Amino acid sequence: MKDTPLSNCERDFLLKAIEEKKRLDGRQTYDYRKMKITFGTDYGCCFVDLGKTRVMAQVSCELVTPKENRPNEGIMFFNIELSPMASPAFEQGRQSELSVKLNRQLERCLRNSKCIDTESLCVVSGEKVWQIRVDVHMLNHDGNLMDAASIAAITALCHFRRPDVGIQGDEVTVYSPEERDPIPLSIYHMPISVSFSFFQQGTYLLVDPCEREERVMDGLLMIAMNKHREICSIQSSGGIMLLKEQVMRCSKIASVKVSEITELLSKALENDKKARKEGGRCGFAESMPQERITALKMDETSVEMTDVTERAKDIVQKTEAPPQLVRSPVVPVPGVGQVGQGLQNTWGLEEEDEEETEECDNSDEEQEEKVTKMEEEEHEKEASREGDVVEISDSEEEDVVILHPETPDKTPKNTESRSHQKGAAASKKRQKK
Amino acid sequence: MMEVCGSSNVTLREFGCEQSLLSRPDGSASFIQGDTSVLAATYGPAEVKVSKEIYDRATLEVLIQPKVGLPSVRQRSQEQCVRETCEASLLLSLHPRSSLTLILQLIHDDGSILSCFLNAACMALIDAGLPMSCLFCGVTCAIDADGQIVTDPTAAQEKESRAVMTFAIDSTERRVIMSSTKGSFSVHELQQCIAVSQKASEKIFQFYRDSVKRRYSKTL
Repeated sequence: MKDTPLSNCERDFLLKAIEEKKRLDGRQTYDYRKMKITFGTDYGCCFVDLGKTRVMAQVSCELVTPKENRPNEGIMFFNIELSPMASPAFEQGRQSELSVKLNRQLERCLRNSKCIDTESLCVVSGEKVWQIRVDVHMLNHDGNLMDAASIAAITALCHFRRPDVGIQGDEVTVYSPEERDPIPLSIYHMPISVSFSFFQQGTYLLVDPCEREERVMDGLLMIAMNKHREICSIQSSGGIMLLKEQVMRCSKIASVKVSEITELLSKALENDKKARKEGGRCGFAESMPQERITALKMDETSVEMTDVTERAKDIVQKTEAPPQLVRSPVVPVPGVGQVGQGLQNTWGLEEEDEEETEECDNSDEEQEEKVTKMEEEEHEKEASREGDVVEISDSEEEDVVILHPETPDKTPKNTESRSHQKGAAASKKRQKK
Repeated sequence: MMEVCGSSNVTLREFGCEQSLLSRPDGSASFIQGDTSVLAATYGPAEVKVSKEIYDRATLEVLIQPKVGLPSVRQRSQEQCVRETCEASLLLSLHPRSSLTLILQLIHDDGSILSCFLNAACMALIDAGLPMSCLFCGVTCAIDADGQIVTDPTAAQEKESRAVMTFAIDSTERRVIMSSTKGSFSVHELQQCIAVSQKASEKIFQFYRDSVKRRYSKTL
């Protein structure tokens, strides 16, 4: 599905508003939208709402063999999923330019900045290490996906607990959360990405662009920084020329924003930890707003099922039993099963019928047909000569019948069919000869 | 064969639903059953790819996104169940040569996931205002080792049970639109589970009604 294009009127309006230092949602130039961080029911699941942009991150782990050149380091894997839920322009299962760009930026922001101690993820050097996988799902695209994704990813990593591992000799035991408390990852610092969009060839600058602003911007600068004011990565895209002063100014703004976001993030983590410690229910189900008109919650209800048994019985009784197509198999001797015993054997008869009809048809048809028939017959003869070798199986069939003679308690009907079968086999043989 | 005794207490976990919580999609809803939660979004009717165009009705596409990794065979089969249910209730012939997309994102799986997908899908379709001949809901029943029916089972209950059945039930005549079963059970047990699901569906449809009523009310 294609995205709705932006009209020229809208474009001009947006650019004019930016020139007048006004934004669509009434924010100031350096303002971030309202941010909300919530956690899922299980460890390592985090939702980030940045205005209307919504992102979910889930961290999972798995024991794998390490890379050969780094035998005692764990593996970090990042995957940004541009789900078609976020925007109709996103297609499933296709690596778009945007998804590659976001993935690469997230990798540089979190893996290459060495914010996670990968050596602590080693279980047995060269044999077993933890692979930490971060899946980021975009749920709603309203601009600035990168910042939301980076915040969601780092928060989920901080929230995640991996199972404890015990090593005795060569044996590695992974303990379930009931046996031993899971362990958090060791995180050195928390890099957070801050995006700046530039308009009119870099004359105007906005922090945290929304989707409409992203469409009319000329360039984008993403700075990933931690709260110690260390820059982890910088990426400029869109092909605009920036002055040294502009980059310096952006990094100063970024440092302020990062410290604010880090504070919010730690507070959210702390609140969740407290809630989990108290044993209260937490997670997505609990984060649902109660006061909203679009939301409703219903308590646990019971379903009465007093007349269920009667009704079921009624239906079962009313329905007719299905016709039995296959009789139950009769076992003449232990280890031998037979299906369809007692039915009329039609194997030999059908062949005869077919031949008869064929003959009838041919007699009515022209001479040319007869010639072909002759040829066919010749072929058949040849086949029968070749068939001599196959005959062994025929005789074997008879042997089977002879080897297991009828037991006296069998019904006479059975013996009849048996003899018929035998007769059919014999007649078959006669035909072939 | 063990028979199901009729006096067991059958409950549905607490339900929660929030509609139009996402700004981009034409219709969206989150549905919560106990800890199981699903987020659903729909787009359309919109332009359709020529290869997927059907001349007399709309093309419905259902996508289920797992939490970790890419969609697998399991998700594909669930997608098919949901799609067939939606196709039965949506009036697709009103929008020929257009596309409808329904995306379901798994948020937390704690049992009865297929029924939660169905409920979330229905709420998202209501939110999008798409014409439907009837509403539908999903009910999951599990038969445990003692032969007791458990409705809306948790993941632990599903694991211990002998059979798990999910039915999609329509709102007009409480008929079964779709069924998906796992495990072994007798004809009698199947009929009992259907009867229980039909009873449970009444509660769910009442919940649908309440939440839509609340949504269009003027005061809380």
